[in-house]
Amino acid sequence: MAREVSKGRKAAVTLLAWGVALLIFFPILWTFLTSFKTEGEAINSHPSFLFFDWTLENYETVNQRSDYLAHFWNSVVISLGSTLLGLIIAVPAAWSMAFVPGKRTKDLLMWMLSTKMLPAVGVLVPLYLLARDTGLLDTKTGLVIVLTMVNLPIIVWMLYTYFKEIPGEILEAARMDGATLSSEILYVLTPMAVPGIASTLLLNVILAWNESFWTLNLTAASAAPLTAFIASYSSPEGLFYAKLSAASTMAIAPIMILGWFSQKQLVRGLTFGAVK
Amino acid sequence: MGEIVLSEVRKSFGGMSIIQGIDLVIPDGEFVVFVGPSGCGKSTLLRLIAGLEDTTSGIISIDGKDATKLPPARRGLAMVFQSYALYPHMSVRKNIAFPLRMAGASAEEQERKVQAAAKVLNLTPYLDRKPSQLSGGQRQRVAIGRAIVREPAAFLFDEPLSNLDAALRVSMRQEISELHQTLKTTMIYVTHDQVEAMTMADRIVVLNAGRIEQVGSPLELYRSPANLFVAGFIGSPKMNLIEGAEAAKHGAPTLGIRPEHIDLTEDGPWTGTVGLCEHLGSDTFLKVEVEGVGQINVRVGGDVPLRHGARVRLAPQPDKLHRFDAAGKAMGGAAPGA
Repeated sequence: MAREVSKGRKAAVTLLAWGVALLIFFPILWTFLTSFKTEGEAINSHPSFLFFDWTLENYETVNQRSDYLAHFWNSVVISLGSTLLGLIIAVPAAWSMAFVPGKRTKDLLMWMLSTKMLPAVGVLVPLYLLARDTGLLDTKTGLVIVLTMVNLPIIVWMLYTYFKEIPGEILEAARMDGATLSSEILYVLTPMAVPGIASTLLLNVILAWNESFWTLNLTAASAAPLTAFIASYSSPEGLFYAKLSAASTMAIAPIMILGWFSQKQLVRGLTFGAVK
Repeated sequence: MGEIVLSEVRKSFGGMSIIQGIDLVIPDGEFVVFVGPSGCGKSTLLRLIAGLEDTTSGIISIDGKDATKLPPARRGLAMVFQSYALYPHMSVRKNIAFPLRMAGASAEEQERKVQAAAKVLNLTPYLDRKPSQLSGGQRQRVAIGRAIVREPAAFLFDEPLSNLDAALRVSMRQEISELHQTLKTTMIYVTHDQVEAMTMADRIVVLNAGRIEQVGSPLELYRSPANLFVAGFIGSPKMNLIEGAEAAKHGAPTLGIRPEHIDLTEDGPWTGTVGLCEHLGSDTFLKVEVEGVGQINVRVGGDVPLRHGARVRLAPQPDKLHRFDAAGKAMGGAAPGA
C-alpha cells in the first residue's frame, strides 16, 4: 500500500525541490540576465535582478568581434565526431566484455576507469608534442581523436552496463538461428540496446561539448570550438562580464536545448538497470 | 535425417569436470529426454550438442558428420530455450522468420514458411504482435515456431516448460509430443521433471554428476532401475529404500519397493502406525512407521478410510522388490526371501 502523505508535507517537499533546483539553475540564469546588461550594470555592486535597461549590445559586439558560427560548427563536429568514433570502438568492446568476459575483464574495466582519475595536465606536454609532430595541433581531427580517448572509458562502461542487462540466451538464440557475429550485433544486440546507446550518445555529446581543457590547449584558431569562444572573453581584470555572459549564453544554448528535449531519454539512461 | 552420436564427450570448466565421458547414440526421429537433478550436467550436454559450448574432448557427430568443431549455426539444429529467448524488438512474424532471413531466404519463402508454422502452432492471429504482448504459452509457441521453420536435423529443448504454470505445462507437453508425432524429427529434451520425462520420452537418459546412470524407455527405467540413483529418481512418490535386517532377509544390503507395490492386508508381514495420510480422491498416500523397517510410503486406493494413528498391516508384492548391492547397483535373480 502506498504511504499516506499529508498535504503540508507534500507542499514542503515540493517547495524544497523547487528551491534546490533554482539554486542549481541560478548561475545559468544569472549569466543569461547579465548578458542583457551593460558592462557597467554587470559589475554594479548592487546588482538588479530584472529591472535594468535590457540591451542586446553585448550580443552585437560578440558577433562582430568573433565568428560564432565557425566555433559552433567546430563544437558540433568535435562532439559528434568523437562520440560516434567512440561508439564504433566501444560497441564491440562492450559486447565482448559483457558476453565473453575473460579472467581480466573486470580489471580492464577498472583500469579504463582509473585513467579518468589521472589529472589531464599530467599528460598535456606529451600529448601536445605528439599532436604538434603529427600535424594534428589545432585541427578538428586531432580533437576528435583526443576527446574520443578521453571519453572512451565512460562510453565503454555505460554500454557494458546496458549490455549486461540483455539476457545472453537471446544472443545464443541468434547464433543458433544462423546469425554471424556481425549480424548478431547489428540485428539483435544493437536494436535491443537502442535506449542505452541513445543515452550514452547524448551524455557523451554533452561531455564533449563542454570539455574545455583539451579544446583550449590543443587549439588556437581554426579548430577552436565554443569553449575557446567563451574563453576569449574572459579577462583577468574582469572588465567584460556582460560580453562574457553573452558569449557563454550563446555557447551553452544549443546543448541546453538538446538536453531539454532529450531529458526523458537521459534520465532513463542514467537510471537504466537500477530497477528491474 | 538426424542421428546424433556422442563418443567420449567430456567438458570441464577450469579444473571442474562437468561432463565425464558420455557415449550415446540417438537414432533419427527419436524423442530423447535428458533428466537428472540440477547441476548434473544435462543442460551443459545439450549446449555441447548445440555448439554453444566447446567440448574439452570427444566427438559429436550429427547425420554421420563430425560436428564437434562446427559453429552452432552450421550444425543444422534448432533450440528452444527455457526463457524463450525471443527477440523483444521484433514482431512474432519477424521472430519466426529470423532464421530464414539469416539463411538468405526470399521474402516470399519467409512469408510462406512463417504462415505454415503459425498455422501449426495457432499463432496466425498474433503474427503482428510483439513478444511482450503475448502470454507465456504463446511465447513458447513462437520459440518453437522459430525452431520449426529451419527444418532442423534435430530439435533441442532446454527445460522449455519450467516458466509456465502447471496447467499450461500439461497442455504444452502434449503439444510438443504431438509435434514430434507430426514432424518425426529427432528431439532432445532436457528437464529435471521426471513426470515430463516419463510422459514424453521414447527413451530417457538419466544423468548424475556428469555421467549417464541409465538409458532406457520410461517403463524400463521404472521396472528395472539399474541402480539406487535411478530407483530414487524415477517414480513418484519415490521408491522406498530399506536397509538393515529387513533387507538382509532378502539377501541384499538395500531393498527397494515402490509405494504402489505395497498392499494393505490383514495378515501382511509388516506392522505399523499411520503417520501422515493424504487423501487425493483417486489415491491415498500414507506414511507408515513400520516396526523394524522404518518409515514407508504407501500408495493405496482413493477410498481407504484411514486416519493418523491407525494401526495397519502391510504386504510388499514379492515380485516387485528391487535388490541393490553395497555399491548401489541392482542385483539380478530372485530374492531368497521372495
